[in-house]
Amino acid sequence: MHRFANPARFQRFSAAALPWFAGAAILCLGAGLYFSLFRSPADYQQGETVRIMYVHVPAAWMALFAYLVVAAGSVSALVWKHPLGEVVARAAAPIGAGFTLVCLVTGSLWGKPMWGAWWVWDARLTSVLVLFFLYLGYMALLGAFDDPVRGGRAASILAIVGVVNLPVIKWSVDWWNTLHQPASVARMDGPTIHPSMLLPLLLMAAGFGFYFAAVLLLRVRAELAARRIRALRLAAMEVEA
Amino acid sequence: MIGPLRAILLRDLRLALRQGGDAATVVLFFVLAASLFPFGVGPEPNLLARIAAGVIWVTALLSVMLGIDRLFLADHEDGSLEGLLTQPVPAAGIVVAKCAAQWLMSGLPLILATPILAVFLQLPAEGLPAMLAALALGTPTLVLVGAIGAALVLGARRGGVLLALLVLPLAVPVLVFGVAAVDAAVAGLPARPHLLVLGAMLLAALALAPIAAAAALRQALE
Repeated sequence: MHRFANPARFQRFSAAALPWFAGAAILCLGAGLYFSLFRSPADYQQGETVRIMYVHVPAAWMALFAYLVVAAGSVSALVWKHPLGEVVARAAAPIGAGFTLVCLVTGSLWGKPMWGAWWVWDARLTSVLVLFFLYLGYMALLGAFDDPVRGGRAASILAIVGVVNLPVIKWSVDWWNTLHQPASVARMDGPTIHPSMLLPLLLMAAGFGFYFAAVLLLRVRAELAARRIRALRLAAMEVEA
Repeated sequence: MIGPLRAILLRDLRLALRQGGDAATVVLFFVLAASLFPFGVGPEPNLLARIAAGVIWVTALLSVMLGIDRLFLADHEDGSLEGLLTQPVPAAGIVVAKCAAQWLMSGLPLILATPILAVFLQLPAEGLPAMLAALALGTPTLVLVGAIGAALVLGARRGGVLLALLVLPLAVPVLVFGVAAVDAAVAGLPARPHLLVLGAMLLAALALAPIAAAAALRQALE
């Protein structure tokens, strides 16, 4: 991580990696959608609605992962004062919030036919909703100060405090008797999901991951470019004055 | 180290008492807000008894959060916070002392007023001891978590509203177990497991929240 904390080196790396990540995202999402919509069986209990899972589960994974990225970026910004750490955290938050929203909405669409309700207050759903609020709080705090540096530091501390929610989300289905089903892929005794469903799921997850990486790089590059423009403008004004 | 911290605690208490009315306002809000519910859902005793624990907990939560944005605000504005942080005492200790004063002025009065609300809202009598114990364990946790938020929003625009947005999601676990303790007691089940979880959350908050709040205070003054 320290190696890429240098913005110039990051610019070179991201310029080279961005097209690959974007291409991999398109390939994986295309193949994943094909397999999940046409080449995987309908569930014997859930019928066709099981296909919502191919969007819902990767979105949920990425919602957690993006929060980890925000928190890790915040730690590196606060502890090592890496200029890039805060930029990465700032850039990852809206993407993570988007994934969380997708996760909540698809879960709700699935819940109506399966559980008979758009929303139930079980531990998994509630903790993911809290995650969504944490993302919103992080972004609100970023923009709440006249001094962007102060906003960045305050939001970094909040992001680190919010990490306590991640284990609650992960293990909420084991700690409480929830309506939400327990984990079936990342298990100590191997996945309990059939390979015909696991393949499209993993393809979609890889697609979501590459999409996240590509958009994150793009957003970080945009932020760095914006900062550079600001610095050049300031320099130009000083020359005039 | 204890001396200076006690001095901060006593100073905050003296300030609150001499300004007067702060604690009374919080309690008044607590009682008034909870008394709105019978108007909202209707005065039917069975319904009220069913929701009493939740109503008391939610209004207690909001009452604690109501004043928490002022925890560091006055000291920040007149510069005494900067003076405090340059003292040879850990910043986390200062946060604990200020939180203790805040809890004595806002949390404790709420607990004392709870029996009245329990009567208003028809809370079954066997739920009251669990309610008081849960509030005694839960409200200090809320103050400590709120202190992080209060330190984070120092100098922010619309700090009060923002504080609620930051802290309320983190307060959900306290609410869940606080209500669960009372519900268990009312149903004739042991409230102890839920109270133990509340106690664990208090200890975790006591250990971690002052560090986070101290970090937030330091960067607010940089």
